[in-house]
Amino acid sequence: MTIASVTTEDASATAVDLSTSIGSLHLPAPTMTASGCAAAGAELAPYLDLSELGAVVTKSVMRAARSGRATPRMAETPSGMLNSIGLQGPGVESFAAHDLPVLAAAGARVVASIAGGDPEEFGELAARLARESAVGALEVNISCPNVADRGLVFACDPGASRAVLEAVSEAVRASGRPDLPVLAKLSPDVTDLVAVARACTDGGATGLTAINTTLGMVVDPVTLRPQLAGVTGGTSGPAIRPIAVRCVWQLTAAKRAGVLPDVPVVGAGGVASGADALQLIAVGACAVQVGTATFADPSAPARVARELGAELARRGATRLADVVGIAHEPGRGLR
Amino acid sequence: MGGAAHAAQEVPQGVQELAEVVSARPVGAYTHLVLRAPEAARRARPGQFVACGTGDSGMLLRRSLSLHAADPEAGTLEVVVAAAGPGTRLLAAKRPGDVVSTTAPLGRPFPLPAEVGRPGAPAVVIGGGYGAAPLPWLARELVATGSRVVGIVGAAGADRLLGTSAVDEATALDGPDGPADALVVTTDDGSLGAPGRVTDALPEVLLELSELSDLGDPWVYACGPMPMLRSVQTTTREVLGQRAQTWLAVEESMACGVGVCMTCVLPVVAVDDDGARRTRMLRACTAGPVFDGDALRWDAIGAAEHLRGGALVPDDAVGAPVATGSTGGH
Repeated sequence: MTIASVTTEDASATAVDLSTSIGSLHLPAPTMTASGCAAAGAELAPYLDLSELGAVVTKSVMRAARSGRATPRMAETPSGMLNSIGLQGPGVESFAAHDLPVLAAAGARVVASIAGGDPEEFGELAARLARESAVGALEVNISCPNVADRGLVFACDPGASRAVLEAVSEAVRASGRPDLPVLAKLSPDVTDLVAVARACTDGGATGLTAINTTLGMVVDPVTLRPQLAGVTGGTSGPAIRPIAVRCVWQLTAAKRAGVLPDVPVVGAGGVASGADALQLIAVGACAVQVGTATFADPSAPARVARELGAELARRGATRLADVVGIAHEPGRGLR
Repeated sequence: MGGAAHAAQEVPQGVQELAEVVSARPVGAYTHLVLRAPEAARRARPGQFVACGTGDSGMLLRRSLSLHAADPEAGTLEVVVAAAGPGTRLLAAKRPGDVVSTTAPLGRPFPLPAEVGRPGAPAVVIGGGYGAAPLPWLARELVATGSRVVGIVGAAGADRLLGTSAVDEATALDGPDGPADALVVTTDDGSLGAPGRVTDALPEVLLELSELSDLGDPWVYACGPMPMLRSVQTTTREVLGQRAQTWLAVEESMACGVGVCMTCVLPVVAVDDDGARRTRMLRACTAGPVFDGDALRWDAIGAAEHLRGGALVPDDAVGAPVATGSTGGH
């Protein structure tokens, strides 16, 4: 059976089942906010319905409050930007006391992103947040500096990544919620992405998010010095979408070859439209995150879901599941 | 008092609209745009801003522009655009009929004396370059609640002035329809008004207003480049000590304008629930862009030698990096 031809009719998107799951977390829609691009969600409430999003992935929280970096913290780049925020945040106790209740009251599903300087901190955060019923999953930000290793990010080293995930999954197992999904958020700035991913799943990750930002730099044309106070920053936006698509393809191919366990993969990186989301889904993502596009359009996480529904409806698909990973299977048609 | 005024405000929520350009005309070195954005126009207050899409898919980030005016009956917002970079160049080139994606009104408006039980307090409104954009609107609101308003506008040269009828009547603080009781104009090069800076003219204005003692201590509002704001704050404190309330509208680079990107922060002191004064990196788009002049950490703002603009994180800020620790991560 061949794929239904793409028509130009705007077929009813409501007929398409966009629901998806990440382990025990069931999402009515496959779009989430990307960590660091939605604060703790409340700021987006004027522009979209938080309860209709698949989930809100919150800004990475650490044990203690952090001021973040000096400014300038951002620079615009072609079809994207650099950021070097420095993990500014109020600390986990303040997050639990002030931010989680707002999200819960809004009816949002929450994926709490956690960041630490060493595996112990990650484990502590996992244990603490597993006690919060509003948290539906954890996302482990391993793209933060490993204090014990010259500040190099955990995500570039399989051994370091594994140690972090072991601490997190042990804490989750010991908590009252052993089924809490644990997503490892991968950095594309590695030679062998599958090796890092495998280290994360060996460490206990039950899902993967690909990708975080890729390290870049901008020179200020006036001063001819680094434009960012932090010198380098994470590159994001549509310019990196092809990197995200490539990474999700590679992870899915590795799953299909039995090199990686069959864990859900969440796609992220440059998604600004339903068509972008469809690319990531076609190469194997079961859900997508919308980040930098939110800066250009605060309704983007909701808009992308609507557009994705329309994209699927036009192709005669009735379920998101019909197209997940379809790019790997030339003979597979839409049912 | 500053904190109470700030906290007492009800801050309108932003709304997204596709705003048609109603008119576009040059004003000195700038472009005055009128945009049809009826819902934002109903909500907006002086001191707030609009985040505009450039219309170029390769330039993702919105450009945040201070609102010059909002007309709820006409359903329009007005901005004065300085073409300083590639995005603002595109906005300054918009023509009637073009559509601009807007999110507005954003940020906290200027607090008014009437809001804290001091209607009629005399006011100085100070603008540097295109920073003068919100001042006529602010002045109209101040006058409406009984305040005498003196304006000071300055710029490098006459072509970069805004807010004086010598350059353009429609956007002026003075002139036949201007709300200010008096206006002082300064230019660095002396091409119009008095040669010098706005802060050269400020002491005399402050003393004159403070001598109208039955009306209470003056409220000082300023909008313009950060060094000018610092100078306004310093001068005001030198001349009047604590006998003046200052409100400074900062201009920080913003990626989103709505509070989710954390790039527009600057170091600000606030009083916590436990009564302690603590410094944090606060978002100019949600906690500002209008700040109490006493609350800004001037020791850290603009303190990085080789960076254009920006601010360091004071060592005593909440969660500041320990000297030898890593400050990294994104």
